[in-house]
Amino acid sequence: MNRKHSPKIKDAVDYSLALKPYEHYKLDNGIDVYSVNAGAQEVIQIEMVFYAGNSYEKKKGVAAATNFLLKNGTKTRTALQINEAFEYYGGYCNRACYNETSVVSLHSLTKHVEKLLPIVQDMLVDSVFPEEELSIYKQNSLQRLKVNLQKAEFVATRLIDSYIYGEHHPYGVYTNPGDIELINIEECRKFYEDYYLNGNCIIFVSGNFSADFGKQLNQYFGQLNTNRKKVVTPTFNVKPSEERKFRIQNDPNAVQGAIRIAMPFPNRHHPDFKKVMVLNTLYGGFFGSRLMSNIREEKGYTYGIYSYIQNHIGESAWMISTEAGKDVSEATIEEIYIEMKKLREEKIEDDELLLVRNYMIGGILGELDGPFQIMAKWKNIILNEMDESYFYDSINEIKSVTADQLMELSNKYLQPENFRELVVY
Amino acid sequence: MFLTNLLFKHLEFIELLKHNKTKQTYLCRMIHFEKFTLENGLRVLVHEDKSTPMAVLNVLYDVGARDENPEKTGFAHLFEHLMFGGSINIPSYDEPLQVAGGENNAFTTNDLTNYYCQLPAENIETAFWLESDRMLSLAFSKKSLEVQRKVVCEEFKEHYINKPYGDVWHKMRQLTYTTHPYKWMTIGASLKHVEDATLEDVKAFFFKHYTPCNAILVVAGNIDTAQIKLLAEKWFGPIPSGEKYQRDLPVEPKQIKPRHLEVKSNVPLDALYKCWHMYPRMDNRYYAADLISDILSGGGSSRLYQSLVKEKQLFSNLDCYHFGSTDAGLMTIEGKLVKGVDIKVAEQAVLEELKKLQDEGISPSELEKVKNKAESAMAFEDMSLMNRASSIAMYENLGDADLINTELSKYQAVTAEEIAREVRDIFDENNCSTMYYLSDN
Repeated sequence: MNRKHSPKIKDAVDYSLALKPYEHYKLDNGIDVYSVNAGAQEVIQIEMVFYAGNSYEKKKGVAAATNFLLKNGTKTRTALQINEAFEYYGGYCNRACYNETSVVSLHSLTKHVEKLLPIVQDMLVDSVFPEEELSIYKQNSLQRLKVNLQKAEFVATRLIDSYIYGEHHPYGVYTNPGDIELINIEECRKFYEDYYLNGNCIIFVSGNFSADFGKQLNQYFGQLNTNRKKVVTPTFNVKPSEERKFRIQNDPNAVQGAIRIAMPFPNRHHPDFKKVMVLNTLYGGFFGSRLMSNIREEKGYTYGIYSYIQNHIGESAWMISTEAGKDVSEATIEEIYIEMKKLREEKIEDDELLLVRNYMIGGILGELDGPFQIMAKWKNIILNEMDESYFYDSINEIKSVTADQLMELSNKYLQPENFRELVVY
Repeated sequence: MFLTNLLFKHLEFIELLKHNKTKQTYLCRMIHFEKFTLENGLRVLVHEDKSTPMAVLNVLYDVGARDENPEKTGFAHLFEHLMFGGSINIPSYDEPLQVAGGENNAFTTNDLTNYYCQLPAENIETAFWLESDRMLSLAFSKKSLEVQRKVVCEEFKEHYINKPYGDVWHKMRQLTYTTHPYKWMTIGASLKHVEDATLEDVKAFFFKHYTPCNAILVVAGNIDTAQIKLLAEKWFGPIPSGEKYQRDLPVEPKQIKPRHLEVKSNVPLDALYKCWHMYPRMDNRYYAADLISDILSGGGSSRLYQSLVKEKQLFSNLDCYHFGSTDAGLMTIEGKLVKGVDIKVAEQAVLEELKKLQDEGISPSELEKVKNKAESAMAFEDMSLMNRASSIAMYENLGDADLINTELSKYQAVTAEEIAREVRDIFDENNCSTMYYLSDN
């Protein structure tokens, strides 16, 4: 045994990865159901995805409020009764609102799920949106927003999006306290009618359940009035800011700056996307990345620094994000650009490229742990209107992208003039 | 509800008990592992799971912020950072692991320090090589100490200074603990303690705490127990045992009268914090106390949320929780007030809810609800191999890894009478520290 030498390893790139296929069927009303039955634990996750994100709202905050209030009262149940019903059986009913989609999800022990499905059905058919519930929601959202607005990282995250996409784009829009106050209940009811009652829905179900679970889904959701006609997603023009550099003081006593540097970037369908995922990992996508090694591990300017491609269905952005000491924020930005320059001018060494390949493949191998994680991969593929080739092609790119290609991509994208930069103190 | 990573996956279900009211069958599972101890005192636990291509190696060191010198707080956590600065024979921990397709992380609490890595199972020996070398000895690099002191200072700033309400627990721990080292946060009592750490401190801490007899090794995933035994002997066996650290912490005296603190700060909303001393993790009353936190605030149908957020609208959010700490911890109720509400009125309303619970107790269906929640939370809690590995280590550190398999039945056995008793016992104003954290604008 020699402690100075690493044991022999199998290169992760030598693994063949497989994404367990889903089962697909339709409910009577045409709702598509994607199902992954796997895992030993007797649990189930049902995600009902509606095309009811903020892209469809005519007034700021309405999509999110409507989504939230789905759980706050139906013709026959109060908010308390709905919560009681889920919680008595240890179930969790969550909702979330994104840009294109919104989600109502149910997590439950499989043995209890049948008792919980009627409650979800009730929410999707007979929600009444009580005035009082909206007023509590507005009051509490407003308070939460006020706390968040004091956090530099919250302010920076929303401002950089508005610089990249424009404030009138669903990806760049943000709510101010005044917007919350203007939401009214009739708008929520109308939004519910248009985008839930008569909207488009896709169901993703994963976990360990009986083979004929589709019958139960059909019983409760096969008669919804959804999917009769296709909800058309409006198109929005991206309007990036004219100005490139922003320095904003949010708190005179700040000890750190929240740094966000971003450039517009195409979505997953672009031919460069999969290769850039490798380049991004190398640049700032993991703990061993160039940015982390230099700015945290070498200089100690920050607790952490990352780069990533935003997870958007439409146009996207390549983002670098960190919180650094106030006195070293400008030095941090300088280093971020220096690392771009290195990638443009110096070819990546074989060792480092192999490390990144192995790390990425090992990561995917680890991510396929259990039915919920497998479904998360599929959901991403399906909602982005792709197929399994995306998964397999991505793996091939990780294994085969060359140092020359990465340098080429660096020269194409990682140019400082492509980026907008922001520091919020 | 605080669940220290209860482990459930890949185990068989057996019927445990039938509840007399609903005739419900609870799930129960046996998690399988094998345990052995090396001659140097290192405890090794192996959990096989052939359904995954991955393996996890988890090392827990029985040292946390509570073991620090009061003049040098934050050290256990700073030290955790230094564990990635190179070991005696290997200049970098992260790189070889990443080459082997692995990733890793670590965390420090007031009670313990835990390191874990996950990688393709075929490469498990790489993890043995890396982890055993840093248990053998560190490189004790000056450069690493200098950089990590800065990194931890930035971590301190990011989470505890540059945020509204960031210093709440710094103040609250000082108020609630007069004696026990839980009186400082894991990150440290002040930036200065972190800045002043020396290489001598680092060495002394390492040789006192980072030894086989103060550590627990868990290996989980697509591995064979026999193979792990060989690897453990090979890589960890030769490391000198070290001395067993004898923990002898000052005991927190019983609080006998209420404590109050009023803080004015640049925050948008007034906030109320109330903490009551509760039981150590291994006390049987812990389970009732844990369920009580769920009765009060474990969801949209819980008492505090329904009464004070929804009906009376005194708070915009309100939570009851505890940290699950090994020594006697704190049952906490915290909430932000709706603008314009007098904090005394809000506090009185909280006390009334507690009094109602004390006087009237809970209904059978309410008890059933929180037990059902415990059951399902456990089932979801650990869908990942990594969590299962660290949970085995944590239970072993509490005294016996087998606790994993009996934990659920302890929750199921809690009676309404026990809840009533603990509610009276814990929520005594003489046992309470209260902080008004007020907006100065």
